[in-house]
Amino acid sequence: MIEVERLSKQFVVRRGRVRRERVVVKAVREISFNVARGELLGYLGPNGAGKSTTIKMLTGILVPSSGRVSVAGLDPSRRRVELARRIGAMFGQRVQLWWDLPLADSFDLLRHIYRVPADRYRANLARFREVLELDPFLQTPVRQLSLGQRIRGELTAAMLHDPELLFLDEPTIGLDVVAKQRVREFLVDINRERGVTVLLTTHDLGDIERLCTRLLVIDRGTLIWDGGIAELRERYGSERTLVVDLEEPVPPLRIEGAEVERVEGPRQWLRFHGPAADLTARVAQEARLVDLQITEPDIEEIVRRIYSAGN
Amino acid sequence: MVESVVLWRRLVGAQVRAQLQYRVSFALDLTGAFLISFVDFLAVLVIFHNVPTLGTWNVHEVALLYALSTVSFAFTDLLVGHLDLFPQKIRDGNFDILLVRPRSTLYQVIASDFQLRRLGKAIQGTAVFVFALQGLQLHWTAGRVAMLVVTIPTAVVIFASVWVVGSCLSFWTTDGGEFTNAFTYGGTFLAQYPIDILAVWLRRFLAYIVPLAFVAYFPALYVLDKPDPLGLPTALEFAAPLVAVAAALVAGTAWRTAVRHYRSAGG
Repeated sequence: MIEVERLSKQFVVRRGRVRRERVVVKAVREISFNVARGELLGYLGPNGAGKSTTIKMLTGILVPSSGRVSVAGLDPSRRRVELARRIGAMFGQRVQLWWDLPLADSFDLLRHIYRVPADRYRANLARFREVLELDPFLQTPVRQLSLGQRIRGELTAAMLHDPELLFLDEPTIGLDVVAKQRVREFLVDINRERGVTVLLTTHDLGDIERLCTRLLVIDRGTLIWDGGIAELRERYGSERTLVVDLEEPVPPLRIEGAEVERVEGPRQWLRFHGPAADLTARVAQEARLVDLQITEPDIEEIVRRIYSAGN
Repeated sequence: MVESVVLWRRLVGAQVRAQLQYRVSFALDLTGAFLISFVDFLAVLVIFHNVPTLGTWNVHEVALLYALSTVSFAFTDLLVGHLDLFPQKIRDGNFDILLVRPRSTLYQVIASDFQLRRLGKAIQGTAVFVFALQGLQLHWTAGRVAMLVVTIPTAVVIFASVWVVGSCLSFWTTDGGEFTNAFTYGGTFLAQYPIDILAVWLRRFLAYIVPLAFVAYFPALYVLDKPDPLGLPTALEFAAPLVAVAAALVAGTAWRTAVRHYRSAGG
């Protein structure tokens, strides 16, 4: 479905006020990967890592500086219009609906822009109205919708023309827990029922864990991970943190198999590998324990670790 | 082609409906646009209050130039004037949205942000047109009628092309609005007057580089059966449609080149 080979994008930026200096910024550096039909794939990386730039090259928005891209068998920037009929895209921070028009009118205009056959349009809209519960605000102008409602509208807009492939750039950004859940269910639904290939960028570990089977991680323009999530955790996420609240402040604990990372009054942070039970018992021997908590590394932390391992 | 026009009407119709929901605001906008352009024509009348002719042109002849230029410009403004707002789309990256839809980007820009209130200027231009014709008392030959009928759409294409080329700059500068305005709004201002009163370099610029002399000046020479005070070839009086086609081709090419240089915005 997607083939990417040694894909790069660089921008020339001019810096300085008087003596303008040309600086070449390499946003994406020679990345390669393939995506099969029907995959639900997470694309992850810190801000400015090159996620959006990659998606923009895949959708034909940006022309690559070098390398090869093929999406649904087409070169995105050369055959943009043809490709646009076959893909859907949603950018969490852009609005593709008409600001002053009721949601239903936006859908109707998109139907004509994409030339969706009347029966397909009716069937799709009926389905999405049900799954995303659009009915209460279908006649409301888009500018009056809440963020959650608008995102549901945007998702519908991206799916009305039966795309084979859906690109989502931060679809759950800023949403509350309930709205996030609804969006995730919708994505799983279209992926399973319709076989739509989904590629989504996100900052949200929850999105990745609940949705994706495969993960791409990019950092500073380079692809640093391509594989399953369980594998990723196993390899880089095995180090956890035990947070203990003690009865009174004590000097940093000295315990075998753990390292104190931080001390804040009676609270201490210990990094450790392996089972937590042994460690907890050992801590209890050393000091009087009031409460404890174990934290898993978040995805940003894992990404940092992969990156430092890569260096 | 037909389908594109139908879709354009649908897209623009939806925006017009939304704008007409605020009737009072719309009426004020329309009246404002009319009054501003009305004052603009007063400036011409003030000139002729002090001098009987401008070069070889009398008040009604200049009014004809003014009307041809203004009406064409007003329709251009109505059809593509929202290209003014386009640098904003480039700056905030919302141009991305247009690129993932299966239509030409220029078409989509033109079909969005339509402002019906810009019609006010066309109403004023039409009024000046009536004033000019009533004062000129022309003998209506088929040639004259045809020239006037062809001139307006031709001039709209020329103006629109200049506008599009100007807008292309914002792909590089991300904010070239004011520079573009010098050619569009500034251009109509020049086209409202006979070019033979202008300095030679400016005249050449208008005839050959930014072809605004074909918007009103050359067609008006034919309609008024007036020898060109500059002695330029008579053929130029009929060249406007060709110039329009050439301008449109240049604009199309410039646009496609510019889109390939689009850099989007972060986030």
